[in-house]
Amino acid sequence: MADQSSSNGHYAIEAKNLNVFYGDFHAVKDVNLTVEKNKITALIGPSGCGKSTVLRCFNRMNDLIPVARIQGDVLFHGKNIYDPDVDPVQVRRRIGMVFQKPNPFPKSIYDNVAWGAKINGFKGDLDELVRTSLEGAALWDEVKDKLDANGYSLSGGQQQRLCIARALAVRPDIILMDEPTSALDPIASLRIEELMIQLAEQYTIIVVTHNMQQAARVSDYTAFFTVDEGRTGYLEEFAPTEELFTTPRSRITEDYITGRFG
Amino acid sequence: MTNNSYFPEGSELERFVKRRRQKGVIWRSLFLLATTLGVIILMVLLLSIIDDSLGYAAVQYKIDPHEMVVGFYQDMALNASNARAFDDADELARALGEHPDAVGLLDEATFRAHADDLRAVSIEDGELPGVVVAVSQQNDWLQSVTMQELAPLFTIAETWSDVREGWPETPVHRYLPPAGSPVLTTFIAGVYGDDPAQQPVEALLAMLAQHLSPGALRQFVAEKPLDQRTQEEALGILAERVLEPTVIETWSLSQSILHKDEIEAAMAQTPDAELEFRRWVTWDFITSPQSSKPELAGVRTAIIGSLWVVLITLLFSVPVGIGAAVYLEEYGSGSRLDQFIENNINNLAGVPSIIYGMLGLAVFVRALEPLTSGSMFGLADPTTANGRTILAAGLTLGLLILPIIIINAREAIRAVPRAFREASYGLGATKWQTIWHHVLPNAIPGILTGSILAISRAFGETAPLVVVGASTAIFVDPNGPFSKFTTLPIQIYQWTSRPQAAFQNLAAAAIIVLLALLLALNAVAILLRNKYQRSY
Repeated sequence: MADQSSSNGHYAIEAKNLNVFYGDFHAVKDVNLTVEKNKITALIGPSGCGKSTVLRCFNRMNDLIPVARIQGDVLFHGKNIYDPDVDPVQVRRRIGMVFQKPNPFPKSIYDNVAWGAKINGFKGDLDELVRTSLEGAALWDEVKDKLDANGYSLSGGQQQRLCIARALAVRPDIILMDEPTSALDPIASLRIEELMIQLAEQYTIIVVTHNMQQAARVSDYTAFFTVDEGRTGYLEEFAPTEELFTTPRSRITEDYITGRFG
Repeated sequence: MTNNSYFPEGSELERFVKRRRQKGVIWRSLFLLATTLGVIILMVLLLSIIDDSLGYAAVQYKIDPHEMVVGFYQDMALNASNARAFDDADELARALGEHPDAVGLLDEATFRAHADDLRAVSIEDGELPGVVVAVSQQNDWLQSVTMQELAPLFTIAETWSDVREGWPETPVHRYLPPAGSPVLTTFIAGVYGDDPAQQPVEALLAMLAQHLSPGALRQFVAEKPLDQRTQEEALGILAERVLEPTVIETWSLSQSILHKDEIEAAMAQTPDAELEFRRWVTWDFITSPQSSKPELAGVRTAIIGSLWVVLITLLFSVPVGIGAAVYLEEYGSGSRLDQFIENNINNLAGVPSIIYGMLGLAVFVRALEPLTSGSMFGLADPTTANGRTILAAGLTLGLLILPIIIINAREAIRAVPRAFREASYGLGATKWQTIWHHVLPNAIPGILTGSILAISRAFGETAPLVVVGASTAIFVDPNGPFSKFTTLPIQIYQWTSRPQAAFQNLAAAAIIVLLALLLALNAVAILLRNKYQRSY
């Protein structure tokens, strides 16, 4: 997509009056969110508040759910990715995703990383790309001698880093992470967190997390979502992380981060 | 009142738990019973088939094979140069004693009576009980011979030196007992053997020439010159045209073992029949074409027909079935039309197979005759010239198993974890790339399993093929999709309805072949599936 100059040019991605419906159910209402380039933005909130739904709106993954319907705009380089002339395939090529449960392909480590580049028409040196991507995901030293091994032969934490390397291999602008450490043990989680901070030097990261300490440790901005009486999710508060955790403006936010509910 | 009073306690609790456990035990025994019953039924089925495929058979030959061989060599010996047959053994012995160049065959009693004039020749590597090979006392070279030397000595050798270097070059004179005498018969059986299978191909062809009518022999030579025939071919044609064995009665394996005495009593009433223990599944049975004589009938034509039909079925139904499954699972929008199609496919899987036969008859045999008979391509088989071909049968069976393949392939596609699809889409893959690179490869083991089951069903299907027009008596191997055909189940069906006892055994043998082929097909498919099976 062409890089259009606009007043929103310094944001990596921006949601404007975003509403999501699953059939008749209003899942998320009126979300307005701006994501800064090369920062980590965390989406937190209780279960069912729609934070994962919002994340999936950023690369049109909700298109895969037949009953999902989206209203409002998601501006990426100033262009609404839900405009009819935008191909979701192009959006996902620029906005990569890492999922809750590590999901490498049942292929070799090498093919896991190289496949995305291949299908996207990569013409350079694949070996080099695989190496830099695995280095970028801090996995190269552990797997460089067994690139032919199946992705599933790795440990859970390694698998998740392989998925990150796989996302890096198509050189995206933004990486969406949907609770990337919830299936991992604390040590593996810590390695992923360190990796996220490293990656933020080059990439914009949006991460959904259940773990408030994780949000506090790694993110620059935090968006707190919660639900109203009709179980519809909405954005309660969005602020720089430090501010949100120390001086929340909203009473509900304060109750949540201090552990009074959620 | 505490909550505890609502629950059983003490001895009541003990009884209660015991009762619950007993219930489980009862159910477990019922399930075990069901499994055992299934296994027993399967064993009984297999045993009854094996029982029919082995056992004694009473065989009657038009010409007894032993007599044929003995008669052939007897003629050869009696017609050899300088051969003389004596009706009286004493006369033979006297003549032999006076002639140093002669060799003769005597019984032991006559030999002893003339021991002054005669000398017995010792046989180096065998013995002929009751037979003495004798020469005159004046003969000073023939001390001992080998069996191999005896063979030419009494038939083709002209002079003594033909038999062994160093013997005189005088002609051999043979003094023989009359045709059919025990001495001559024992001698021939011992030296030349009396089993046709032991004879060299030249001898067999000579026997054939002796017994076949000139016209039949000319026809046989026209097919292939005699000097290019193998021993196996010669034996085959001998059995078919000369010996003409007929199985007059057969017994199953269990009867053969348990009621041997009854069988022997029955045999005593038919003295010209021979009792043979038969294995009905033989290599000959598998490689011979169909025949109206049970002795000669085999299943080659049916096996080739079955394989051709299944090949067409496979080529048609597997790609179409997978394609439909991919469409319905991945592209179908759940619209009314899609639901209608889905319901119909599920219903079609339950339609009786004979209905598919009617459909195949109407559509493939009649309406699409130019296609299925091959006349559209100018490939029509002149002996068929209608739509009752392998192609029509294969397509009919293809339709029959298509719903099964679709349903199984859909299950397999649905079982591919969503995570793989999401990961693929997340990297910017298109829908087709996701299906081709991730959904199908991971669904292949399941698709293969479903296809194996479906193909196995097609392999054993009979009813629709009867309707579509499988030939029941066909003696020529099919040579392409436009040939008329028969299949193994059809062949079995036809044989079981024949009156001759031997065909029942052949049907049992054909069932074993069918089962073995099915197992082989399944084994190949399971190997393929395991090769593609992934762990995740």
